[in-house]
Amino acid sequence: MEEKILVRPNTYYDSVTLMSASQKVGRMEGIDAALLGMGTQLNLELLGALGFDGGAEAGPNDLILAVRGVSPEAMERALAEAERILTRRAEQGSPRRAGLKSLAQAARLGAGNLALISVPGAYAVREARQALEHNLHVMLFSDNVSLQDEVELKELAHAKGLLLMGPDCGTAIINGVPLAFANAVRRGSIGIVGASGTGIQEVSVQIHRQGGGISQAIGTGGRDLSLPAGGRMVLDGIEALRQDPATQVIVVISKPAPPEIRAKVLTALEQCGKPAVYCVLGGEAGSGPAVKQAGTLLETASLAVEAAGYPVPALEWVGDALAIEAAGRLTGGQRYVRGLFGGGTLADEAMLLLRRKLGRVYSNSPLSSGEELADLGRSFRHTVLDLGDDRFTVGRPHPMIDYTLRLARLEQEAQDPEVAVILFDVVLGWGSHPDPAAELEPVLRRVRQSALVSGRDISLAAYLCGTERDPQGYQKQKDTLEGAGVKVFGSNAAAAEFAARVAQSVEGGQSSGNYGAVQPEA
Amino acid sequence: MGITELFNQKLRVINLGVPLFAADLAQQGHAVTELDWNPPGGGDPRLLAALEKLEKVKDKVDAANRQVFLAITIAQPFLEGIARAGDVIPGMGERTLLHAGPPVAWKDMCGPMRGAVLGAIIYEGWAGNPAEAEKLAGSGEIAYSPCHEHDSVGPMAGVVSTSMPVFIIYNRVHGNYAYCTINEGLGRVLRYGAYRQEVLERLKWIEGELAPALQQALALSGGIDLRGLIAQALHMGDEGHNRNKAGTSLLFRLLAPYLARTELERDVIGRCLAFINSNDHFFLNLSMPAAKACLDAAGDVPYSTMVTVMSRNGSEFGIRVSGTGKRWFTAPANQVNGLYFPGYSAKDANPDIGDSAITETAGIGGFAMAAAPAIVQFVGGSAPDALEYSKLMYNITYGENSAYTIPALDFRGSPTGIDVRKVIELGILPNINTGIAHKDPGIGQVGAGLVKPPRQCFEAALLALAGTVDILD
Repeated sequence: MEEKILVRPNTYYDSVTLMSASQKVGRMEGIDAALLGMGTQLNLELLGALGFDGGAEAGPNDLILAVRGVSPEAMERALAEAERILTRRAEQGSPRRAGLKSLAQAARLGAGNLALISVPGAYAVREARQALEHNLHVMLFSDNVSLQDEVELKELAHAKGLLLMGPDCGTAIINGVPLAFANAVRRGSIGIVGASGTGIQEVSVQIHRQGGGISQAIGTGGRDLSLPAGGRMVLDGIEALRQDPATQVIVVISKPAPPEIRAKVLTALEQCGKPAVYCVLGGEAGSGPAVKQAGTLLETASLAVEAAGYPVPALEWVGDALAIEAAGRLTGGQRYVRGLFGGGTLADEAMLLLRRKLGRVYSNSPLSSGEELADLGRSFRHTVLDLGDDRFTVGRPHPMIDYTLRLARLEQEAQDPEVAVILFDVVLGWGSHPDPAAELEPVLRRVRQSALVSGRDISLAAYLCGTERDPQGYQKQKDTLEGAGVKVFGSNAAAAEFAARVAQSVEGGQSSGNYGAVQPEA
Repeated sequence: MGITELFNQKLRVINLGVPLFAADLAQQGHAVTELDWNPPGGGDPRLLAALEKLEKVKDKVDAANRQVFLAITIAQPFLEGIARAGDVIPGMGERTLLHAGPPVAWKDMCGPMRGAVLGAIIYEGWAGNPAEAEKLAGSGEIAYSPCHEHDSVGPMAGVVSTSMPVFIIYNRVHGNYAYCTINEGLGRVLRYGAYRQEVLERLKWIEGELAPALQQALALSGGIDLRGLIAQALHMGDEGHNRNKAGTSLLFRLLAPYLARTELERDVIGRCLAFINSNDHFFLNLSMPAAKACLDAAGDVPYSTMVTVMSRNGSEFGIRVSGTGKRWFTAPANQVNGLYFPGYSAKDANPDIGDSAITETAGIGGFAMAAAPAIVQFVGGSAPDALEYSKLMYNITYGENSAYTIPALDFRGSPTGIDVRKVIELGILPNINTGIAHKDPGIGQVGAGLVKPPRQCFEAALLALAGTVDILD
């Protein structure tokens, strides 16, 4: 063991720098002990305690560099390192920057004007309240928020003239900015207030396809039209769109609502002074003096586009030919439709259209109590599943992001010899899976192949909810699906209608042939 | 209506939760800020419920906190003089020993505090040697009590006995007093549990020569404005806890002329000034009671969620909160993360100890780290890190102390007034700068670094505060 003590007169370093350097140098390979320090009484004592012999001549203004190591080379390296540390200039960048921790802080710094909150429900109410108190508009994506909390938040928002979109609000487009799950659509003169996320997605996509555009799309959460919530956000949304000069037509996508709430909404629409479309799935179509009513999402979009004065493109009338052709390739016993949906409202719309032709459609979220599926794991006759149901999403992301469950169910349904058509939605847009067709393609090929091997064909029908502006690339998604033998339709209604007609054809029933929405993607 | 106004603005989103939503917006070139969000209270439903309960009386809590913050920041602590502890400290009986931190029994005291107790007993002449002192210490004849319960603070072991001279700090705005012993210097000293002969001799010299000399000088001075000194020291690289070079120098500069004007012998004056000059931490025993005098003016305000004491006895960390008055909330003290003097390592270290965290409680010390970049290296940090340490503390404090400004933060006031609600909600614990004591009595300081209080103290305080709401409302 050798040691070396250097004394640099009148060379001052802060004691902390020196302690830090001592520690680093002391840990170097081949170094037994190191002390870099000013020649203070304390350091001289420490030097003695470490067994160094010397340095006593150093005064408080002198720097001591003392190292003990296994070889002269090790000590040279250590002294060079000490030199390097002591002459180091401030390095660029810091390992950790204190980020913004709270909404209050972000609001104080003027970091934004809308809070998009998707934290777990247990925390969401508090965060939403804080956002409102700091005058931030709120989109509350989180679910598991009590109705009472929802009402309180909405009262606060209403009092402050702020948006409280949600809870459980998946979709909004504000000032052309798609929030959470939303498609890239043209800006335009149609404003939407919607209680359903996929309802807003489908209507905005259909408006875009028919040449129209969206001024604002305000989500309200599914319970806004319940009696306790009183339609507060829907009504505030209508009022905001009424005042918005860029909005010429107002669309409300409702859910079934108590009569007094429904009446309030219709009154607000009638009095808003702008053409309005009111959609409730399964509702009676009809036209009041100012408010047109629609029973499907597709119809809603068409009425809105028409009211906005865009030229409504003629729907391509296809009739039954496509369905009859598909049915012709099926074998005896194949008669049921199975729908696997990621979008809840798309599932609802499909069920409505299917039951018009096929009667009962069973589901985990059925249209009527008699159509409740007994076993979620096994489909029964005509079945449509909303795979976004909480009972399916426990411990996994939403089916618009994660296709695992859908793929497994696809394989399961395809093995059922009674299945004629598998109908499914693929929702594109921001928030959704970045390349769903790539996930689906191999499975779709395989199920079709194995059906063919067992002497059956199987009809695959999909609705691709998206626009050419969506990040996934609409055309690429469509080509991939079609390459796997899927018939891709331009609206959810058309895909459902196709599925219904295929099932009807194999049953030998008579199709009505007068539904105009069968519009395979041109 | 505000909603239509939003339609005319550029949408700027603050995202908290799913990062994908922020990434999508950023990819499209839309304005988005992602929060570094954590579940409040670590997701503990009891804490969440307590936060909600306090939220319901937010106006009252905010008003109480405003009052507390105002008290802390307008207080004017002056060093008025020096006196014998037993003569001025309230509630100090003849055989009372004050100590740092929350209450602790003799049998539970850590090594350095036991050493300091033995030293104080011998210093007072209650026992002649360490063995006798140890017997007396555990006999029940000595009353142990926290400094904080007697308007006092003590660094490290913080042991105060009746004959020790103490600085008298008077808050000229609120009229309350705070007391602290005179700093003994570095190395082997009583506050680190050393009690050998040289330590006791130094204490006797402080009592017999230094304290009377300083008392004469202070009498001539008419009182020294400690707030003014701390404010200047923060502009000169101190943070008032782990770095007191500037404060000590400023005090020295103030005292020297007064000392020179006394009738004292030149040798006495020389020894006193040399002693102050040799000890970079001399001013610590003034920054601490200054902080204490400010915070005591802010105690016992119903509904207030502001911390008025953070303190450690070497085994436990304890806090007090204005809205719950004198009640302690304690949990086992943490180990200090820091740098060790050559020859020592973490295995030699005692857990966090001392009343010195009163400086952080008042918004200096670790909270003013940005003023003292030199010492951020104790935790291996760089100068920008020092700024970040301070900036982080603004998240959990009520406001900025306009008297204590930080040059490197463009003269922003130091983050002052720790709000228990914010600590729990954001999961950000106060940063405390501190020295590290050897775990065995008598060895002294072995390093310095950064420490955090145990989270449980703040959790218990929050739950208790929510409990007071039921009683008050």
